[in-house]
Amino acid sequence: MANLKTVSKKSKAQSMGMHTEVLTGRTQQKFFNPDEAENFYYFGTYDVDFNKRTELDVLDMTAPEANKEIDNLMSQGYGTIVIKNPQGKHSLGVGILNKLNLIFEGSLGYFGMGSCDGPIVRINGRVGWSCAENLMAGKVVIEKNAGSCFGAAIRGGDLICKGSVGARTGIDMKGGTIIIGGDAGAFTGFMMQRGRIIILGDVGINLGDSMYDGTIFVGGEIGSYGSDAVDAELTSSDQDWLKRKLKVAEIGENFDVSKMKKIVAGKKLWNYDNLEPTEKKGAI
Amino acid sequence: MCGIAGLIHRGKSSNVGSELQGMLQALKHRGEDSTGYALYGDTDGKNFIMRFKVGENVGEGSSSVMEDVSVYDERKKVVDQTLADIGAKIIKEERTLPYSLRYELEYDAKDLLNFSQTVEAIPGVEILSMGKSLEVIKDLGNAKAVCDRYSLDKLVGTHAIGHARMATESGVDIKSAHPFWGYPFSDVSVVHNGQLTNYWNNRRVLENKGMRFMSECDSELIAVYIAQKMREGATLEEGMKDSLLGLDGVFTYFVATKDSLGMAKDTMAAKPLVLYESDDLVAMGSEEIAIRSVLPQEIDTYDPFDGEVKVWQI
Repeated sequence: MANLKTVSKKSKAQSMGMHTEVLTGRTQQKFFNPDEAENFYYFGTYDVDFNKRTELDVLDMTAPEANKEIDNLMSQGYGTIVIKNPQGKHSLGVGILNKLNLIFEGSLGYFGMGSCDGPIVRINGRVGWSCAENLMAGKVVIEKNAGSCFGAAIRGGDLICKGSVGARTGIDMKGGTIIIGGDAGAFTGFMMQRGRIIILGDVGINLGDSMYDGTIFVGGEIGSYGSDAVDAELTSSDQDWLKRKLKVAEIGENFDVSKMKKIVAGKKLWNYDNLEPTEKKGAI
Repeated sequence: MCGIAGLIHRGKSSNVGSELQGMLQALKHRGEDSTGYALYGDTDGKNFIMRFKVGENVGEGSSSVMEDVSVYDERKKVVDQTLADIGAKIIKEERTLPYSLRYELEYDAKDLLNFSQTVEAIPGVEILSMGKSLEVIKDLGNAKAVCDRYSLDKLVGTHAIGHARMATESGVDIKSAHPFWGYPFSDVSVVHNGQLTNYWNNRRVLENKGMRFMSECDSELIAVYIAQKMREGATLEEGMKDSLLGLDGVFTYFVATKDSLGMAKDTMAAKPLVLYESDDLVAMGSEEIAIRSVLPQEIDTYDPFDGEVKVWQI
């Protein structure tokens, strides 16, 4: 990591490799102020021990009961929690705002892992619509398929689906990375504003429709481009980043990233480019 | 919102009444104004089964006008006489509720259009389904309430589709409840989750071609649309694929026939569907928890993509 004390405020994010776009013209940039650091800790979070492990069977629990019990276990310092029998229940694992190693032995329904900030999650099954919506930081790995609106409005973190995903993946995303091992449906990257989406397989119609910014990488066929989505040159630094990201995600081993297509926004908008909280936290 | 569910056993029969009840009950949070079942039971295939109603459920929450029960009796008498007049012999008769009846009919006709028009010309009478395997049962309340009311949990068959309804653009009544019979085709039924925005345009066109609408529920259009395509010679799958262009709006729907089950999803993929497929069973629903009610073990499921049409045979 760069020595943050020796770089100017304006280039800190670039030095950390977190913000590579160079914005010009009337686009405004406001960067993180270290004096605001104390504002980025949440009330009611826990300092957990990853080596302290437990299991929780949620077969006969409602989603609120299961989530309260997860919160209770974190309050006791459990840092690794294995959830048994999720059985496609909705809204499991939502609102976790601290580091946690969370493993689901099965599938989740809608809105799983929504509004989280920090946990490392592995789901040994499928997820329904709107998985990890509003993810701020952390990592969520889905071993099977995912429904529509996967990673809607995420602002940071890594969201990885080893199977295929439905429509509107990464809709309105404002940061972070979404990686898809299989195919993706229509309107992928719809209105995305920042961040990156990697799809190793095919993608449906209207890719990147109305995207403001951000980057989409596609390994397979593209059904059609949406309004404002255009091709861009895949640079060597893009390829390095893709290789590194896929390796960390444990997905697409031996995938030839040099043949991927890079899609970006063909227009520029003003006044939306303030640094997102995840990057502010990372700069602390 | 509404929820839909369906399953088809391939190569065997099962207790589809109980299975579908479990799936729809798991979706009751998506709507419990009414629940409907289209069950394809094991029959000898000789006689028609006609499910029909001579009135509405006017219980709590209903938007229907209350009628004296004696009116139902009068309508039933007229139905019986009409059936005799057109040569349909009643083999077996069940009156589950004052307004809901099930007849087994000996009737020799391939085109049910004339039959249906004649029966439904009786004021207050609506055929819910007509077929040699299909039985459509729909009423107000959640899946368990309807299942218990009509004793559906024992019904054995090969496949079934169903619907849990949250009434939005039309009334809380049986005529607006799903499934819809693919009038006038024997053994065709439809359930739908979504909203059709060119309902009236299509309805006017289809009515001019002699098709009938019993409700103002936009979902009924799908049944009539597919039926009209089949009248024009299309296969079920061709009709469904055509509907992706002809129907405007957001939708996921199921169509079932005597020996098949199909699904279609609009090109926006705006309505959910989760699908499980194996060699001997296909189960699908608006949410995975519906499938979990029949397959609690860990399984591989997926969301069909936009504009996808699939059809399975028994």
